[in-house]
Amino acid sequence: MIALVLREFHQFQASGRQFLYLVPSAAVFELDPIAGAVIRLVGDAPRSEDAIVAALADRFPEADVRAVAAELRDVRAIGYEHRPDPESPKFLPMMPFPLTTMVLNVTNQCNLACTYCYEYGEDKIVDTEHGKQSKFMSETTARESVEFLLKEAGQIAHMTFFGGETLLNFPVLKTTVAYARKRAAEVGKTVDFSLTTNATLLQPEIIEFLAENDIGVTISMDGPKELQNKFRVFHNGSGSYDMVAPKIKELLKRHRSRPIGARVTLTSETLDVTRIYRHLTEEFGFWEVGFAPVTTSPNQQYAISDGGFDRMLGQFRELAYEFREHVAANKHHGFSNIKDTLEEIHKGVSKAYPCGAGLGLMGVSTDGDVAVCHRFAGSDAHKLGTVKDGIDRAVQQEFLEHHHIADKTDCHTCWARPLCAGGCYHEAHVRYGTTRRPNLHYCEWIRGWTDTCLEVYGELSVRNPEFLARFDRDEAKAEAVL
Amino acid sequence: MTHLKSINRKAHRVTEYVRAEKEGDVVALQQPPAQPHIPLGCSLAFSPGWEADSTGGTAGLCQPVERDIFDCHLGCFWPAHVPDQLNHAPSWTAKCAAAQKDWRKLDLVFPG
Repeated sequence: MIALVLREFHQFQASGRQFLYLVPSAAVFELDPIAGAVIRLVGDAPRSEDAIVAALADRFPEADVRAVAAELRDVRAIGYEHRPDPESPKFLPMMPFPLTTMVLNVTNQCNLACTYCYEYGEDKIVDTEHGKQSKFMSETTARESVEFLLKEAGQIAHMTFFGGETLLNFPVLKTTVAYARKRAAEVGKTVDFSLTTNATLLQPEIIEFLAENDIGVTISMDGPKELQNKFRVFHNGSGSYDMVAPKIKELLKRHRSRPIGARVTLTSETLDVTRIYRHLTEEFGFWEVGFAPVTTSPNQQYAISDGGFDRMLGQFRELAYEFREHVAANKHHGFSNIKDTLEEIHKGVSKAYPCGAGLGLMGVSTDGDVAVCHRFAGSDAHKLGTVKDGIDRAVQQEFLEHHHIADKTDCHTCWARPLCAGGCYHEAHVRYGTTRRPNLHYCEWIRGWTDTCLEVYGELSVRNPEFLARFDRDEAKAEAVL
Repeated sequence: MTHLKSINRKAHRVTEYVRAEKEGDVVALQQPPAQPHIPLGCSLAFSPGWEADSTGGTAGLCQPVERDIFDCHLGCFWPAHVPDQLNHAPSWTAKCAAAQKDWRKLDLVFPG
């Protein structure tokens, strides 16, 4: 008997229909009732095609069942037990890989002292107070960074200003924008700007500059007053809400050319996703709100524990379903976490690396050291080169060699790996002391969240396929520019 | 596929791959069953090299026969006969701006 067995996939239901998310191809197929029945049977126990036909004989014609078995074999949802599918080969990206985004840490100083901060808290990687790095990036280094970006980038380059508190170095930011625009025009490329800020320094003239120059803005903010003031405090311990709220409102009123988003850090003590979302969208009018659990070692009191992840998942789900209903009715909803994942599901992204760090994205420290990403800026152990001398290709190659999904054996049996690929390098570094390990402490959460996103995706494919088609059009538009 | 419906973009690609594997995406023009095929390569291009002019020579062709050098390796599937322009010999044609005049200036490339 040549038995058929299940291959790797995640099955989910939406709108009363059955779907498969295939791994590692990341293809999503909807099953008809016969295909659903065959999957169920083979899942119960390996059996031959003849046995499947016999078991379903009273419900479906033989020819249909055989056709289904062939289709499921073709897409590798099932396969012969004695003939396993070949392992996915380990391909490293072609080099040199174009740089798409450069995150420029224009300062490592901050006027807030957020208790959970990865840059200043107990889990910090780089000593920004007494270390060798300058506290502020000089104009010369910023210009060298621009040259580096324009040399390494394709037609469109994204430049993100970051900190510390980015706006503490507004003078350099301002001249760098002008310089980058001029140089980009000279070399025939386009450069796009964005920044992240805690909003404390949003003076009218700065807001004016951001609006005039079409600079994308992300505000780090944790929500309503008592949640914001719990961790996002000044050095004297007082909360920052009253200081930032009017400034953010002013920014949202004046800066209309680009959608402005809020980025929320979730902790065990501020785990109120829905309330935070409502506050930031309804009270302030943020176009989008994204959430990320705090990066910390597990012994911090504010670290999110297993129970906390469950609670967070429940709240994410609630917002995801709200998103789904809005989108089904062709209305905007600003929960950005789900939108980003839906886009990846739609394209069928199957990642070799969890993110673009060290590949299409790099971080630059105040002294011009190029690191894997902004969270490692200034760390010698994670340095890929300097803006002056360029990227050390051998170091980059070694990084890519050791962080590939093929090397993360823990991930090899997980169906969520096409989207997760082990998770954030910085998170892993803080938790396990190495960027090479997958983040095993939040696997359950990732699988739960991916399942929710797939369910929403499946339902939107039935209720509003036009919304999903927009992802194709946006990409076509972006490619047309190239 | 009649029982599985492709939903995302990757599923469409998988389906297309399966179809091509089964039906074959490259066939000889006269291979049965006869169906409309899109011919590839020089069979579509009216280039010299494959034919002779009305006198049986090549002097009267509408394009010089030396044009073959570029026509075959750029426009057609002729990878083995010219140096590897992508990796090892990116400039082997650098001195040959017009093949019909300059073909003698083509670099000799030895496998390294």
